[in-house]
Parts: sequence; C-alpha cells; structure tokens
Amino acid sequence: MYASPDLNKSKSLTIAVTGLNANDNPGPGLAVIRALRTGFGAGLRIIGLAYETLEPAIYLKDQIDKTYRIPYPTAGTEALKERIKQIQEVEQIDVLIPNFDAELYNFIKIEGDLLKIGIHTFLPSQKQLEQRDKVNLSAFGEKHQFKVPADEAVFSAVEIENIANKFGFPLMVKGKFYEAHTALNIADAHKAFYKLQARWGLPVIVQKFIKGTEINIAGLGDGIGNAISVIPMRKLYITEKGKAWAGITIEDEKLIVLAKDFAKATNWRGGFELEIMRDEQDNLYIMEVNPRFPAWVYLSVAAGQNQPKALVDLALGNPVEVMNDYKAGKMFIRYAWDNIVDVVEFQKLSAFGEL
Amino acid sequence: MKLKTNIATSENGFIFNPATGDSFTSNAIAAEILGYMKAGESEEEIKEKILNRYDVEPSQLERDWDDYMLQLKEANLLAL
Repeated sequence: MYASPDLNKSKSLTIAVTGLNANDNPGPGLAVIRALRTGFGAGLRIIGLAYETLEPAIYLKDQIDKTYRIPYPTAGTEALKERIKQIQEVEQIDVLIPNFDAELYNFIKIEGDLLKIGIHTFLPSQKQLEQRDKVNLSAFGEKHQFKVPADEAVFSAVEIENIANKFGFPLMVKGKFYEAHTALNIADAHKAFYKLQARWGLPVIVQKFIKGTEINIAGLGDGIGNAISVIPMRKLYITEKGKAWAGITIEDEKLIVLAKDFAKATNWRGGFELEIMRDEQDNLYIMEVNPRFPAWVYLSVAAGQNQPKALVDLALGNPVEVMNDYKAGKMFIRYAWDNIVDVVEFQKLSAFGEL
Repeated sequence: MKLKTNIATSENGFIFNPATGDSFTSNAIAAEILGYMKAGESEEEIKEKILNRYDVEPSQLERDWDDYMLQLKEANLLAL
C-alpha cells in the first residue's frame, strides 16, 4: 500500500499546474488538481499557470488559489524561465506539473534552472519524449516489440495517395501534437491534412486504421524502469473529437503487463497515457503514448491509486511504493457546467496576467 | 458451461464483466440461472431446478438454454 511519507510537509505544499483548459478537448490540469486536493487535503496551495484568459479552471476558486499567465511555448525557454522566476519570488512553488505535450520540451529544458530556485519537477527526459513522439512511434514499437500500427510522417498532401494505396481506407490522419481524424477517402484525408497542418504544423502523421475497442491506460513511471501505478480504462462515451466523455476502469492483466513493459523499456519518468486499440484477435496495439497524465486521471484516485499525488512525492524525493490494487468498475462521467464569473475577474487576468 | 470467475452479477440481473467494462441486464430467470452458475452448479442441476420450479416443458427449456448459453458466449462471459 502507498502512503504519503511526510504529512507535515504535505500540509504546506505549493504546487503549480498547467493544462487548465477544461473544455471539450480538456487538458488534464483540473483533474490533476482535484487529485492533489484529495491526496494532500487542507493546506495545499494550488497555483494555476495559464496560457489563455478563457481556460475554464482558472475561475474555479475552490480548486485554484491563484493563477498566472505564462508565455506560449513558441516564446521559448528564456521567456518561460523568466516568467516562472517572477512567479516564484511571490509564491515559493515546491512542485510544478506541466500537463501539455506542446510545453513539455521547454519545461524539460529548464528543469535544472527550476530546481535551482526550489521548484521540483518529475519529467521524462528529452530522449524519452522524442522516442514516443507520433513521428517515431512505429520505430519505437519495432525496437521494443510493441504492436504499433504502421504509419508515415507526411510533409505534403500529395504523399498521402501512395500511403493510402499501401494501407487502404479508412486511414487515421493525426496532428503532430493533438487531434486525429478518420479519413474514409482521399478527399477526407487531404482535408484533414490541411486542417492539422494549419493547427499543429508539420509533419502530419498518416496511420493505418485498426478496428477494435479503445482502451486507455494512465500510468506513472519512476524513471528507473518501474510503473508505480497503472490504471486501465475503457471508453464508454466518445466525443466527436475522440475524447472519452465517460469511461470505466477494467481489470486485465495483459494491459497491466503492457504498461509495465512500457515503463521498463523506456525507464519512463513521470505520468503517461497509453492509447490502446484491442482488435478482434485480442491483439493490443499502442496507438499513441502521451507524455503526461490524461484528463481522466482523477479516475485513478477513485479506483484507489492517486497518481498525481505519487508524482509529487517522487518529485520531492519521498519514497513511493508500487501500487498494485485498484477497483474495476469505477466510472467517470464528465459533465458541462456554466460557471458564472464577473467581467472584473476576467479583466484582472487580461490586464495584469494574474488572478 | 461455466461463467468466467471474475464476472459480477447482482440479484436484479445486472451483469458486469470487469475485464472488458461491458455490462448487461437480464430478466429474472436469466439472473437466477446466473446465480446457480456462479455458485458452481452443473448444467444438469440447474435444469432440474428450473423444471421443478417453473411450468416449462423439457424440450422448451433445452431450446431456451442453448439460446441463452449462446448469448453468454457471444457476450464473452463464459470460461473457455
């Protein structure tokens, strides 16, 4: 069983979290915060780090004590470092948990600088981040004997026809960081390509379609080959954007073994999500590896394994034991809620960059 | 015919397969049969109980039994 080893310290923790966009394509920030509040209880101070003024979780004052805007990842590591330094002078952040794929590169680069000013992180290495990248996923699968659908990185729409002849339709067309579209014909594939290119840049990934049941696994790697926690979830309700709007924890040793093998093969450090497709022959294909917790990570708490809390303990160097037991049959059902906010709040964040 | 050991059933006929996340509802007699199966009773013992308890011809029971087992198999609820 896992227990927080230093309760006195946890009472005064300040943790900064990104990914506050709790919308129809939600970032994991709010779920991570909820898990931390459950795990650490009263006394925990949560600092939200936001890119945009309309990220919904900013305005949930019972969840986030204070929010600061930070520069977009495209502004580079220097701008990010400077901004975090300014915030740290006021807040004394103990741990920072980035929750967006696109920002991870910068946070990994300034990991050492953050530690110098007292901010702990628990992130994958640059190499780990790159090897699970969608562009490198099939090579990664081949190297470690994981089943991964055939794919190709595409830099121009004209390349798609040849790939389609090889893979056949339907095809999955995926953005570099986020979003995937199922293309039933070449026109669909071209449309998806241009959309994803405009939104996320190049390359766009064209992946062979695998028919089956969608299962996701939330996990936490300790960086030395162990999966501290593994929680598999079957999607029950999927939005038009392919996001799970409801899901249920399931028990299946094959899934647990797959996630543990992944952590071992990569020495994964930090939260991760494996997107799995189980085909009719019971083969488990890794469709994607997300280098952070999923937006449904609070289900891990409900099932008995608080992954965000364990990550904080790992970041602080506290001993954390492997968690094995969890409850199958725990469900999450996401809902939409209109939070009412005065324009004054919105103005504060817009004008001063903090709220 | 045996149910997979991890299948959860309730008295009101709700069936949950924790390995797949699938859930099903069944009528009262189907739930009763599931209860007997979970308790480890044999096919013959269960059929005898149903024949003693309900007004049903053995030939009808056989047909319904086969049909029900097929449904359980398709739902991936039976042990191989």
